[in-house]
Amino acid sequence: MSTNPNEEALEALAAARWRVAGVLTMTTLVAYLGFILLVAFDKPLMGRQLAPGLSVGVLLGALVIVAAWALTGIYMLWANGTYDRALHQLRGGK
Amino acid sequence: MNPAETTTQLGQPNATAIFFFLVFVAITLAITYWAARKTKTTSEFFAAGGGVSAAQNGFALAGDYMSAASFLGIAGLVATSGFDGLIYSVGWLVGWPVVTFLIAEPLRNLGKYTFADVVAYRLKQTPVRLSAAVGTLTVVSFYLIAQMVGAGNLIHLLFGLSYETAVIIVGAVMILYVLFGGMIATTWVQIVKAVLLLAGATGLAGAVLYKFGFSPLRLFDEAATQYGAEVLAPGKLVSNPLEAISLGVALMFGTAGLPHILMRFYTVPDAKAARSSVFYATGLIGYFYLVTFILGFGASVLVGRQAITGVDKGGNMAAPMLAEVVGGTGFLGFISAVAFATILAVVAGLTLSGAAALSHDLWSSVVRKGQAPEQEQLKVARLASLFLGILAIILGVAFKGQNVAFMVGLAFAIAASANFPALLLSMAWKRFTTQGAVSSMLTGALTSVLFIFLSPTVQVDLLGNSSALFPLRNPGIVTIPLAFMVGAVVSLLFPEQESAARFAEVKHRMHVGEPQPTPAAAPVPAKPDAELPVPAATGSGAEA
Repeated sequence: MSTNPNEEALEALAAARWRVAGVLTMTTLVAYLGFILLVAFDKPLMGRQLAPGLSVGVLLGALVIVAAWALTGIYMLWANGTYDRALHQLRGGK
Repeated sequence: MNPAETTTQLGQPNATAIFFFLVFVAITLAITYWAARKTKTTSEFFAAGGGVSAAQNGFALAGDYMSAASFLGIAGLVATSGFDGLIYSVGWLVGWPVVTFLIAEPLRNLGKYTFADVVAYRLKQTPVRLSAAVGTLTVVSFYLIAQMVGAGNLIHLLFGLSYETAVIIVGAVMILYVLFGGMIATTWVQIVKAVLLLAGATGLAGAVLYKFGFSPLRLFDEAATQYGAEVLAPGKLVSNPLEAISLGVALMFGTAGLPHILMRFYTVPDAKAARSSVFYATGLIGYFYLVTFILGFGASVLVGRQAITGVDKGGNMAAPMLAEVVGGTGFLGFISAVAFATILAVVAGLTLSGAAALSHDLWSSVVRKGQAPEQEQLKVARLASLFLGILAIILGVAFKGQNVAFMVGLAFAIAASANFPALLLSMAWKRFTTQGAVSSMLTGALTSVLFIFLSPTVQVDLLGNSSALFPLRNPGIVTIPLAFMVGAVVSLLFPEQESAARFAEVKHRMHVGEPQPTPAAAPVPAKPDAELPVPAATGSGAEA
């Protein structure tokens, strides 16, 4: 598009953001669909109790919820740190 | 542990419940009065002037999302069928990471009040905004019907008020919030409600776990002893894997297309606050669902399944009945008032987002082509809120006694198929065009409604036919890819030079944010003027 090095750097940064967002979205999707597919196809496994009161299904369900939150946390840390710093440098270099 | 006796104060006018509810209404109306004096521009009315902090918006997002349906419904589902309730909780939550990664900050940087701002940024305004308004208004209407009917039924059960009275009270108080206080009042109502709901649920869970040495596992084990080990394993909810995945993708991508959620990202000062606020919201909502799971098991053990289904077949009264068993009538009253407040806050958020579509997308952009003066925009915004509030009351009364539970699923399916694909393509794909956007949004909206109409939910459960033309109860797995495909194919068939040419600008603004008046040497802090009351006649088109 532009030969402006600043624009090119922004382009690269934008691509990096979409890549990170894409990978994290896929991770969420895989974790969630994995959970649903286990629920659908392997009910005995999900019902197996690891300890009295703690079945595999309950554990995995709670883990997916915690993982979803952790993934948003990872994204926020990356974006508020690495990404924003790079963006700030680009803007400062105007 | 003995299931408690079946006598309950539920459904009788409860002095504590009425007291707590009146306190809530008094506080929120006082907030509305305060907010009304600060709401003098369209930007303040729809986006709280961009002056909401990340933490405040996190609570408000959670408040918008945690409906009475999820509080009472999921607790009830867990109480009556155990593990299956967790499948819903997980599904309702996993949309939030998607919102964080793909939507929050581009939306904040590109738009002003509605998601149509983003889709229409480099496309032709009129057709795009018309179709986006169709998507928004159908989602809002179905969601509103489900909430209003739920409100009428629940309040009837909780307080013993007549269905119509309940619907009118909810509608009238909600109109006061939105009409006078706009987004500032709505945000604070959401925050108050979120805090109350989280505190109420936490207190209730604490009281339950106290009886089990603060060990959730001992509680689950007790439930398994009483009702069999099946309570900890998947039951009948997911029998068809395709159905489960279809519901799953609709929940996951639907959250990223809900107009009242998307709108909240305009209330924060910048992209950084937008992404932080989703992180807070996801944590709060996730925590809330985990607590709800404990409440459900607590109710099945301490109240007993028979007692719960004896009061309400759907199990919706599990959490309030549990409150009565562990904390007496006073706690029942508090939890009932919280449930009432919850519904009130959710309908306020929905109405405001519908009003934004009507006044900002349809009136200001399509009818007046962006030429409407500020005062007129604000007036139209208020009229639109009033209109939608009254419509909500009418719909609530009209759908009395109907089974409307499927309408929330329908709203998510439409949001996921009509709004989400067009929104994502407009941000990420250079060759996306006006025709592509319009056809994608309309395809998503129409096929979702059509397939749900042809599904077993409507054909078999509602109309009593023996079979349905479309086998799945949730059409997401068909309609979401379809909307993406139609958007892509139409865009490729009818290229639009101008749209592609302006993509660089979209990309720049999406990442860097609004052009700053002076080259910023340091990160720009929250606009300080956003907090100050702006004189009413700041003229037209001035972005506050």
